[in-house]
Amino acid sequence: MLIRRDPDIKSSEITDFTLYLNRRSFMIGAAALALAPSGPAVAAPSPPALQPLQAKRNEAFLVDDPPTKLESVTTYNNFYEFGVNKDDPARLAHTLKPRPWTVQVDGLVARPKTYDVDEIMRFGPLEERVYRLRCVEGWSMVIPWIGYPLASLIKRVEPTSKARFVEFTTLRDLEQFPGQRPGLFSFSSLDWPYVEGLRLDEALQPLTLLTFGLYGQVLPNQNGAPVRVVVPWKYGFKSGKSIVRIRFVSDQPKTTWEKAAPNEYGFYSNVNPAVDHPRWSQATERRIGEFRRRKTLMFNGYADQVASMYAGMDLKKNY
Amino acid sequence: MSRRVRIALKAFVWGAALFPLALLLCKFATDDLGVNPIDYVTRTLGDWTLRILLASLSMTPLRLLFGISWQMTLRRLLGLFAFFYASLHFSVWIVLDHFFDWPQMIADIFKRPYITVGMAALTLLVPLAATSTTRMVKRLGGANWRRLHKLVYAIGVLGVLHYLWLAKKGVNDPYWYAVALGILLSIRLGDWTRRFAKRRLQRAAASKREGYQRIQRVLLFVLLLIGLTAGIVPPAGGQALRLGRPAPEIAGAPWINSPPLTLSWLKGRVVLVEFWTHG
Repeated sequence: MLIRRDPDIKSSEITDFTLYLNRRSFMIGAAALALAPSGPAVAAPSPPALQPLQAKRNEAFLVDDPPTKLESVTTYNNFYEFGVNKDDPARLAHTLKPRPWTVQVDGLVARPKTYDVDEIMRFGPLEERVYRLRCVEGWSMVIPWIGYPLASLIKRVEPTSKARFVEFTTLRDLEQFPGQRPGLFSFSSLDWPYVEGLRLDEALQPLTLLTFGLYGQVLPNQNGAPVRVVVPWKYGFKSGKSIVRIRFVSDQPKTTWEKAAPNEYGFYSNVNPAVDHPRWSQATERRIGEFRRRKTLMFNGYADQVASMYAGMDLKKNY
Repeated sequence: MSRRVRIALKAFVWGAALFPLALLLCKFATDDLGVNPIDYVTRTLGDWTLRILLASLSMTPLRLLFGISWQMTLRRLLGLFAFFYASLHFSVWIVLDHFFDWPQMIADIFKRPYITVGMAALTLLVPLAATSTTRMVKRLGGANWRRLHKLVYAIGVLGVLHYLWLAKKGVNDPYWYAVALGILLSIRLGDWTRRFAKRRLQRAAASKREGYQRIQRVLLFVLLLIGLTAGIVPPAGGQALRLGRPAPEIAGAPWINSPPLTLSWLKGRVVLVEFWTHG
């Protein structure tokens, strides 16, 4: 049993600057709610107010383009656990309870352990990093995440020499994730729980971020609360959300989308404008908030940092 | 259906069909098209294309199922609105989505099956829209026109395939369209098979009738031959009876219940001749 201690400075006492900047949208939202003539908007359970999360900005990880609006980041995304439509996560986010939450870290490690998420959060100094996010569907965003390199956690649990891959498992709970309930004729959108994976060197890559927040706030439920990974040079679905288990294994994990459509979603799924999705081109993308499509960058613009990991590999075969 | 009712009905269809577009324009004006507006507009226009196309395809099944036919006059209007929404959908793809990036778009049309079938569906809609006027029906001739407009079934299938092939896993909407199209087409198929079977039955009955007629003809021929032979060979010991000749005077018979009848007296009357005997 873990006894949670309060942090030295209560995070609720600090007003974050970005939150301050967003006060107008809160006001507009409140006004719209007050002016709404009918019941449903008021009756719908409102998402819990976001808690500010302190982190120092890491200037080494910035993007030239302006960040995508917070409202877009939190209302338009894929999180099949809530539903297949992109407004489902924000609409149903209140069903997820991000506390209490534990993360089981096990497999081929010297020190397997089940941690409370608040404990894991303190394993590294939290920093803010602005990353590009490229969805496999052809849209993209720029998001200031808060977290620390996953490598810090990995080093703590000491993987054995046999560990070659890391597997991330998302919570499976039909009450908290309505999208996991079997639908009509017992059809389920995906095989639950959601499983993602990385090669150990990919997981140790300093860009791979164990993430607890965005935009100066605790991770909203719809964006993968309370803890997720962000792997910015891969398509978004590779970054597992609401993680309950991190397992170190010797064989390449069978990931959820690979099981669903093996010819469309490979294990690597590195952002690559030269390798098309079988059904559509990946050469261009629409940055949310922009009108014209822009060219997709190799490894989503992180080629300098990650290309060496794939030297000599046929990226058309290892899509 | 009176003229006034027909006009009211068409006005209603115009309003209903233009409502989704009005809603889109309204959302555009109030900046309410969501986080990914171009995607939203493309999808909405595509959805309404399919809905209106299926609506136009459901007019005939309604007649077949319920025997009502007032809705049949709406087929052309609905078909043209389906073409209208398909064209908007396509224009948004060219202008807003790809901004006239022709090489990319042309490559996509040939390389991406869902775009290929979508493009084929739109292309096939063009001749149907072009020949939708009454004058074109007359110019083509009803039979040709009907044959050409059977293309709408192919268009329906291609349109639904377009959606089925682009949708990601877990999205069920395209399957609903497929089910709806399946039902509409199977009602027609049911009707066609029934009609085909009926026609075959009729043909079979006709050929049976023909058989009887042939036998009848042979019999008649034989009878005629017999008759002719009988005519040529006069019965022995009697006066010759010939077709078309005046009958001989009735003579030699005892008259039972009337004074003797003569041919001249019977002239112009219907005569029933009954042969009987007693013994």
